Amino acid sequence: MRFRHTPYSGWRLLREALADQQGWTPAWEDRDPSNKYDIVIIGGGGHGLATAYYLARSHGIENVAVLEKGWIGGGNTGRNTTIIRSNYFHPQSAALYDLSVSLYESLSKELNYNIMFSQRGMMEIAHDQPELEAMARAANAMRINGVDIEVIDREEALRREPLLDPSPRSRWPICGALLQRRAGTARHDAVAWGYARAAASRGVHIIQGCEVLGFRQDHRRVIAVQTNRGEVRAERFGLAVAGNSSVLAGLAGFELPLQSYTLQAMVSEPVKPCLNMVSLSTSTGSYISQSDKGELVMGGNLDRSPSYAQRGGFRITQSVIAPLLEMFPCFSTLKLMRQWGGTIDASPDNSPIIGPAPLDGLYLNCGWGTGGFKAIPAGGTMLAHLLATGRHHPLSEPFDYRRFARGELVDEGHAGVAH
Amino acid sequence: MNSSLRRLVEGGEIDRSRKLEFSFDGLSLFGYEGDTIASALLAADIPVLARSFKYHRPRGLLGAHHEEPNVILDLQLGTRHDPNARATVEPLRDGMRLASIHAKGTARRDKLAIVDYFERFIPAGFYYKTFMWPNWHLYEPAIRRMTGLGRVDATRHMQSAPHHHLSVDLCIVGAGAAGLAAAQAGVRSGRSVLLVEQRTRLGGALLWHEATIADSHGARWAESVAESISAAGAKLLMRTTAVGLYDHNAVVLHERDGDAGRIWQIRARQIVLATGVIERPLLFGDNDLPGVMLADSSLEYLRRYAVLAGQRIVFATGNDTTYAAARAYAAVGASCIIVDSRRNSSAMEAARAAGLEVIVGERVERALGGQRIRGARLSSGMTLSADLLAVSGGWTPLIHLYCHARGRARWDPQRGALLPGEARPGLRVVGSANGARSLSEALAEGAEAGGGNAADAPACADLPFDWGGAPDTRMASRRYRVWVDLQHDVTAKDIALAVRENFRAVEHLKRYTTLGMASDQGRTSNVNGLALLAVHTGKSIADSGVTTFRPPFLPVPLAAITGARRGELQAPLRRLAIESVHREEGAELRGYGDTLRPAAYGPVADSMLRECTAARTGCVILDASTLGKIEVLGPDAPALLDFVFYTRMSTLLPGRLRYGLALTESGAIFDDGVVLRAAPERFVISCSSSHVTAMVAHLEAWREDRFDLARVYVHDTTPRWSTLAISGPDSQRVLAQLDPDIDLDDAAFPHMSARVGSIFGYDARIARVSFTGERCYEVSVAASHAEEIWRRTRAAGAIPLGVEALSALRCEKGFILVGVETDGETMPHDIGMGRARETRTDSYVGDRSLQTPAARGTGRRQLVGIAADGDTVLPVGAHALHRDAGRRRSIGWISSSHWGVGVGRPVALAMIEDGASRHGESLEFEHFGTLHRGTLVAPCFYDPSGARLHVRP
Amino acid sequence: MQILPCPYCGPRSDAEFHYVGDADKPRPSRDCSDEQWVQYLLMRRNARGAARELWVHRSGCGRWLVLVRDTVNHEVQAAEPMNR
Repeated sequence: MRFRHTPYSGWRLLREALADQQGWTPAWEDRDPSNKYDIVIIGGGGHGLATAYYLARSHGIENVAVLEKGWIGGGNTGRNTTIIRSNYFHPQSAALYDLSVSLYESLSKELNYNIMFSQRGMMEIAHDQPELEAMARAANAMRINGVDIEVIDREEALRREPLLDPSPRSRWPICGALLQRRAGTARHDAVAWGYARAAASRGVHIIQGCEVLGFRQDHRRVIAVQTNRGEVRAERFGLAVAGNSSVLAGLAGFELPLQSYTLQAMVSEPVKPCLNMVSLSTSTGSYISQSDKGELVMGGNLDRSPSYAQRGGFRITQSVIAPLLEMFPCFSTLKLMRQWGGTIDASPDNSPIIGPAPLDGLYLNCGWGTGGFKAIPAGGTMLAHLLATGRHHPLSEPFDYRRFARGELVDEGHAGVAH
Repeated sequence: MNSSLRRLVEGGEIDRSRKLEFSFDGLSLFGYEGDTIASALLAADIPVLARSFKYHRPRGLLGAHHEEPNVILDLQLGTRHDPNARATVEPLRDGMRLASIHAKGTARRDKLAIVDYFERFIPAGFYYKTFMWPNWHLYEPAIRRMTGLGRVDATRHMQSAPHHHLSVDLCIVGAGAAGLAAAQAGVRSGRSVLLVEQRTRLGGALLWHEATIADSHGARWAESVAESISAAGAKLLMRTTAVGLYDHNAVVLHERDGDAGRIWQIRARQIVLATGVIERPLLFGDNDLPGVMLADSSLEYLRRYAVLAGQRIVFATGNDTTYAAARAYAAVGASCIIVDSRRNSSAMEAARAAGLEVIVGERVERALGGQRIRGARLSSGMTLSADLLAVSGGWTPLIHLYCHARGRARWDPQRGALLPGEARPGLRVVGSANGARSLSEALAEGAEAGGGNAADAPACADLPFDWGGAPDTRMASRRYRVWVDLQHDVTAKDIALAVRENFRAVEHLKRYTTLGMASDQGRTSNVNGLALLAVHTGKSIADSGVTTFRPPFLPVPLAAITGARRGELQAPLRRLAIESVHREEGAELRGYGDTLRPAAYGPVADSMLRECTAARTGCVILDASTLGKIEVLGPDAPALLDFVFYTRMSTLLPGRLRYGLALTESGAIFDDGVVLRAAPERFVISCSSSHVTAMVAHLEAWREDRFDLARVYVHDTTPRWSTLAISGPDSQRVLAQLDPDIDLDDAAFPHMSARVGSIFGYDARIARVSFTGERCYEVSVAASHAEEIWRRTRAAGAIPLGVEALSALRCEKGFILVGVETDGETMPHDIGMGRARETRTDSYVGDRSLQTPAARGTGRRQLVGIAADGDTVLPVGAHALHRDAGRRRSIGWISSSHWGVGVGRPVALAMIEDGASRHGESLEFEHFGTLHRGTLVAPCFYDPSGARLHVRP
Repeated sequence: MQILPCPYCGPRSDAEFHYVGDADKPRPSRDCSDEQWVQYLLMRRNARGAARELWVHRSGCGRWLVLVRDTVNHEVQAAEPMNR
């Protein structure tokens, strides 16, 4: 039986206001696993749910299940700093992330769910001349790759973000910035919920509290997964479990070139609007934006030891905040309200791994490092294409895991920055 | 305005002789030393102190300390500004100017109060369902203006806080009865003890509850314990909040002092959490009105600040604990009625016997009133008049820190509370935070956790603590609006809606409705929310799961967190030994890597040509002290260098120098540098300036991995030596004037060799190595002599050379800078150094990576020179374009570009796909939409034969 | 904020240490296959739970060490000199 959801609109809100909100249906229904699907996606985060949605919408495959060990959107999708951008150096990356930004731009309407993609722009701030020169090189590459990007001077940067400290004596003075106007932030939970609702309405089963404990294989082909709620068979399996990719790969019997680390994020107490865009300090990796609720959202470098703890240490909290106070001295009067961590899986070249796994019937979407949220629509599109056709989408080809053995890395390491 | 209507003439912790003037929303008020802002405002009888976040409802005080969700104010005092000050936590100070923050106008007259009439149109998560057409951007600015709490003042900033570090045996958080008992036991058992208390006094709830411990009044017992344990060496921190608990028993404390305060980083063998409980509000209609207050908080205001929170009070409860508050208020003459949802209890009987009116088996259905309450309607329909509705919906243990330590709370249905689950190593939770049912139990648990026996706990007149059980949800009906989270305006209907829409996982509920996500972290709302979730899902609270807590427990100023990491201290710059001399010479100093170096002597643009010309025609002096001087010593030193360097070093003769590359295991160029073999078993590596630390680590890594540690050592001497490079055709003559005891004749001292001797009697090592392409002598002397050598060299005719001019000179020579020309993908054969890759058969770092298909393939970016068409210097960062069927593709970029003084035309280096085999080809370069043209040439523009190295004037 | 036990120096702040990679990963000889090389160079066990990790006490004694450390709760079960 196909499940239908209440369409969302201002009009519907008015109607429900008069009907005591009784007419709203579940955004998605919780299902028990069936024992056989065409496709099973492991991981109910943004990437997994987007994959399910695109399988149903673009490939007409609706006999799909998403298995989530906890609650959907509970991993990195719900723990990141929600930045969306596509200012990447290599054309392969630019194409992938730019597709993502484009899909995000129309996603609210497509999903009938307001994900609040706020294209307020992002500035990567250079603190000295060499950084500005390196930015020019990056900006030209991006422009040739078709990404909207410009380098702005110091005055323009200060005009766009008036609370920046103009003093040249600052430890991190403002010399100029790389500006991407189309970049911005979105409401992270809404991305997961919006995809879940749209996928569920097309018949996809979303199964929460269903943890994969093992893979059943037949001649190096995955034919089923064993879960805490029984065995689930499928023709093909997708793996989209950022942070835990190595763990699942281990259950299936192979290794990945990934290391899991904690990436912290933190918010201040809410204040009235005072930041216009996302600002990132190139030298230090710290960045800041303001949420619609008024909190200053901050992030920066990884904690330095491998970890699955989903919580960070105090020292990194300090080192994330310190450069931001130097750039925005008046934020020193604000207070830290909440700090948390997510587990990211970092790849050797800071680029994702998308493509067939070393086992037949299993396809990977992992290794996004600190940048998975911004890639959700593209990651979902790629994995859906792989699962539906068994072949790479042209854009995912360069991200196959076999690139490592060939030495063909897509090194975005010089970007080196977390968000 | 009279601020003392509600103040008792005696009692409390306030000092009535010290009157403090302050203002709130323009009203001039006063309070006393010892007041919090909240107690002074309460005494001033101002009901509306804030407006709620979403609906702009009038709000007053619900709590008396950190649990307060409503009253957050803008605070100004002298130069201090706090846009989100917590009225219940901040002590009152003379001259404070306070203002409500979320109202348009004042809290009393808020022009946005109208929003509340539209509440039905904006239920939880309404924004997910609309504002999509035509575009969210149209709506977002208006939404943003409606949110946020206080306003940042661009002109203010806060000084940083000092950080203190302390290791203790026992860190006790909370100085109530259990915490004090733990501290006492800890001291007695000979442990070092740190006792941390958030309030201004020790004693916790003993400060406002009547108790007798060790035959004295509870608060006095607390004082005496404090005295005795301090005398025994325990450390007490007041006004200090344990904000976070981290790995391996690290506790971060924030001590408040009005400004940033100070941070304590504690490492404790054992942590005892004696953090107590906070009261929960009751769920009934309009339970957010000003005048609805937690019963225990009303008692705290009375006992600690001598403030009557009300004079006609309805106490609404379902537990015995509330009766203490009612009796206390009755004792000071307030008219009190208790509405108890239960039919009978021993406290009820006692209260009646004492003359209190108790209405049993009834609940408050709805608070009545507008800007302040005027009464309550009960479930029977009866209406009671009141100016305070003191409520108790049960108790919530404060186990935030236990959750920081990865503890998982468990639901205890008897107490109706989330209690600590499994024990965590090095951590004990005691007292009411652990579910204690009486004072004696709390004391016993404390004493035991402190290292004593429960039997050693101080004797007390037993005081039972009635938990009251699970939240009472009977009055959370659909008829009225029932607030669950006051700060975020989350109502019972919102929770019902979330469940209807399948946001049933606790975290989904929280995120969808924003329940518990405000700056009070849901202290008073989480459990009521869970109870309503359970009602709507039909599951028990235990089965619906619990949320966790994240640091900080209480918001901490960002300035406190960073501590000394402000200004230059957050990333200290390295400085040259003779920086003052460079400044005297007019140097413009810039950061290169982490070192401050002279970019040029004078404004960079004006000085470049002068300095470059001097370098090519006369003599210049460059402070090259940042070049690495890493010594590798021992019989296995040649083997270690052979392994770490792509270029073999064991074949180098003593006294000679060799340029070489070191690679990463991925085959990428890690660094370049010149290696001197000072003696058969002693090498000195002169690596790039900013790579010294990394190079030492790299050498140490492979030394440790593969070599006999007794046969090779790595020793970094970089900071001990200053290196002054004297360069140019005239350099030999200038050096000769420095009284060297070294034969400077080219036959005796050829290029790429080094000599040890002295100049002006100072020990010196002089190396003939050139980064400019001219004859050059790098003179290394002890840093303390550098100034003298610099001055004498200048006197001998050398012109100072800055880093920028040097960069132009080396570019003209085709010398790379690692990290400028190269990146993480550049391999040695990409910069024309492919020989060792083909010829070396022994192992070295990165060897195998040079043989992968990609390393051997075509299309690699290779180092080339670019000859510009015309006299314009090409822009750095411009990309070479390849056009293919209308598509443009970058095939590389210009990495360095300058005016070549030696060749009299622009010179540039670039990394271009297959560039080495494309010399002579003309390419288009794009820079921000502008096209330039240039021809690929060999990287070395100037003096390719190297004849200049030997030229004398 | 972790305390790591250096086998040479005793318990020290994690700020003094630098994580290197999986312990017990021998460097293959130069005639290995591309796959063997990438296995050594890039593949990671990345265990969730107890992991054998190679660390260097960089701001301390400079020595390398193997930690058996739980990557979920960060408890260190053992510390030993690097197996050479």
